Amino acid sequence: MSKTIGLNDEDAIVIIGSGAGGATLANELAQRGVDKIVILEAGKHFTQADFENDEWAMFKKISWLDKRISAGGWHHTKTYPNLPAWIVKAVGGSTIHWSGVALRFQEHDFRTRSIYGKVDGANILDWPITLAELEPYYELAEKKMGVAGTRASGLPPMPESNQTKVVAAGARAIGYRKIIRPVASNSQPYDGRPGCQQIGFCMQGCKIGAKWSTLYTEVPKALDTGRVELRPQSMVLQIQHDRAGKVNGVLYADAKGRHVLQKARLVAVAGNSIESPRLLLNSASSLFPNGLANSSGQVGRNYMNHSTAAAVAIHKKPVYMNRGFDIGAVVADEVALDTRRGFNGGYYLEGLALGLPYTAAFMQPRGWGRDMTSALEMYDHMTAIWVCGEDMAREQNGITLHPTEKDQYGLPVPIVTKTYHANDNAIAAHGLVQFRKLSEAVGATRVIDMPAYPASHNLGTNRMSEHARDGVVDKWGRAHDVKNLYISDGSQFASSSAANPTLTIVALAIRQAEHIAGELQRGGV
Amino acid sequence: MKDHSSSPAAPACGGMRVLPKTVTLTRRGFLQGGAAALGAVAAGPAALAAAGPEGLARTFPTLGGATAHTLVRMARDVFPHDRLADRYYVDAILPLERAARADKAQAALLKDGVRDLDKAAHGRYGKAYAAVKREPERVSLLKTIETTPFFERVRSEMVTSLYDNKAVWPLLGYEGSSWEQGGYLNRGFNDIDWL
Repeated sequence: MSKTIGLNDEDAIVIIGSGAGGATLANELAQRGVDKIVILEAGKHFTQADFENDEWAMFKKISWLDKRISAGGWHHTKTYPNLPAWIVKAVGGSTIHWSGVALRFQEHDFRTRSIYGKVDGANILDWPITLAELEPYYELAEKKMGVAGTRASGLPPMPESNQTKVVAAGARAIGYRKIIRPVASNSQPYDGRPGCQQIGFCMQGCKIGAKWSTLYTEVPKALDTGRVELRPQSMVLQIQHDRAGKVNGVLYADAKGRHVLQKARLVAVAGNSIESPRLLLNSASSLFPNGLANSSGQVGRNYMNHSTAAAVAIHKKPVYMNRGFDIGAVVADEVALDTRRGFNGGYYLEGLALGLPYTAAFMQPRGWGRDMTSALEMYDHMTAIWVCGEDMAREQNGITLHPTEKDQYGLPVPIVTKTYHANDNAIAAHGLVQFRKLSEAVGATRVIDMPAYPASHNLGTNRMSEHARDGVVDKWGRAHDVKNLYISDGSQFASSSAANPTLTIVALAIRQAEHIAGELQRGGV
Repeated sequence: MKDHSSSPAAPACGGMRVLPKTVTLTRRGFLQGGAAALGAVAAGPAALAAAGPEGLARTFPTLGGATAHTLVRMARDVFPHDRLADRYYVDAILPLERAARADKAQAALLKDGVRDLDKAAHGRYGKAYAAVKREPERVSLLKTIETTPFFERVRSEMVTSLYDNKAVWPLLGYEGSSWEQGGYLNRGFNDIDWL
């Protein structure tokens, strides 16, 4: 049963955002007996009944479409000037449209500064935690999310689809050995949710709930404890603090646009990596002139979104990549560190199917003519790949506030600036070459390289650091400057790794909940 | 519409469930593939007459029949699919008529764009754009305007107005919504037979 928590209740634990970080934190805290948890979600509360197997209909329904501006050297400045990122504005956050890939970081991903050394033109930094510390929480996350093929969940691997088999065959033909399929989708019924029916519209919200999403797992479980209140259509405008610099309230706009102040004992920010730093910047005050918790100047900076590119391969015979789970084969052979390739870090090749409408839009964003239509005529012969590689943190890449332009809430429009490092470009280029090779190895007649999509992995803008001068939060995601302020989403990441971020966000949230529950009991916050 | 995905067809290769992207006539003369395929058969001279200036005038009152006729020709050159009848291209430019009706600036952008395109065609080939017979010649004219707001307005509209048209999907081998039919678990998600 949902609870109602008074606006003036100073014991309220306020969590901003209901995605992988926010909803997991809320549920984990509630399960540990923490009471009076308020989840403020900017978006609406859609349900599976609202999900349609229709790419554009769902894009319009659930995407975060409040005005944003792309800037910097990445092609998005020209190609997607107002869509730097593709994330969700709804209860469940980006766990509604995520593809489902659940990968752990590698050991070196936590120590890139120590291992890569100083990289010119980059601002890389070691995490203040290690893989060993996070491993028990990865286990818990894999169990929670039902990651197919893991010991933690006990679920068998997902069955191979046509697109999986084609890419896997090509990969093996060129000598790749690590072909995996780590996805949080029920290969069998699990956790009260049905097994995957290979519907194929995973990125449009799983109609049957076979793919993990906080919308129908963490959120209802949290509400069932009787310790949590969910408030959708609540756009947080500002986090307020007292004279001592402790946060004490959250101002938000409700569904009718009225400004509401919820008092708080502790605030956890999980609005994804554009909104979270934006909120801290918008919460600047005389005590925090550069933004709340921003003594380091790193709030909004070090924006990472992976070195990515995409491609389609047209094969001699039909594939029907859209028939089945969106993720096909994941090739992991290139993710291990090997600088002989000419770059730090590595990447995954991830089979990621698109429907016809999205293929027409994203295959060649400004394309036209027979060069393009001859490919679309062969849609049913296509496989599609997504290169997901590590990108370098750079101080100049980040979220800033437009000096004059405001959005519908009266907040300065965020500018998302990204210029890729040479290392990032090398990774994306290598991935495309390898996909071409593996596709041609099984007889593909044509391979079309595609530019990166609007970013669905957004990271690093409130990063973890050992020292307060280098980042925004400590090893618990707790703000260096403000002891009752936490960051709970991917903006905590000190490096991007090559892995899709959701599993790590969930693992960190489980661990953070344990810490916060302990601190609340000890009176440490 | 829902019948498309389960319409019986001789598989093109072994055991795979392959969609009939081309239309075939049954003995009774009924078109297999339903109403959507009807348009595909009509991709002939008769259809082009239906998409002529007179035929379009009523559907395009703001832009006018002549402008609409040129836009259909242009649309067919921007995203050429020989198997798709004119009616899908007429449908693809209808949103432009609605935009023109709602906004004078849009109407001017489109009418002026077509006027300039015809002027360029006259200058280079001595005839209006839609009358230029050879596709490479028409494409060369489009190339001279491909960075203009007019061209991009038409092209970007068609990305959805053509490829998000559910009637077009089966003709390009895409089945659309699948959850109502239990997904592809029992409809060929892993039936590939040529590897």
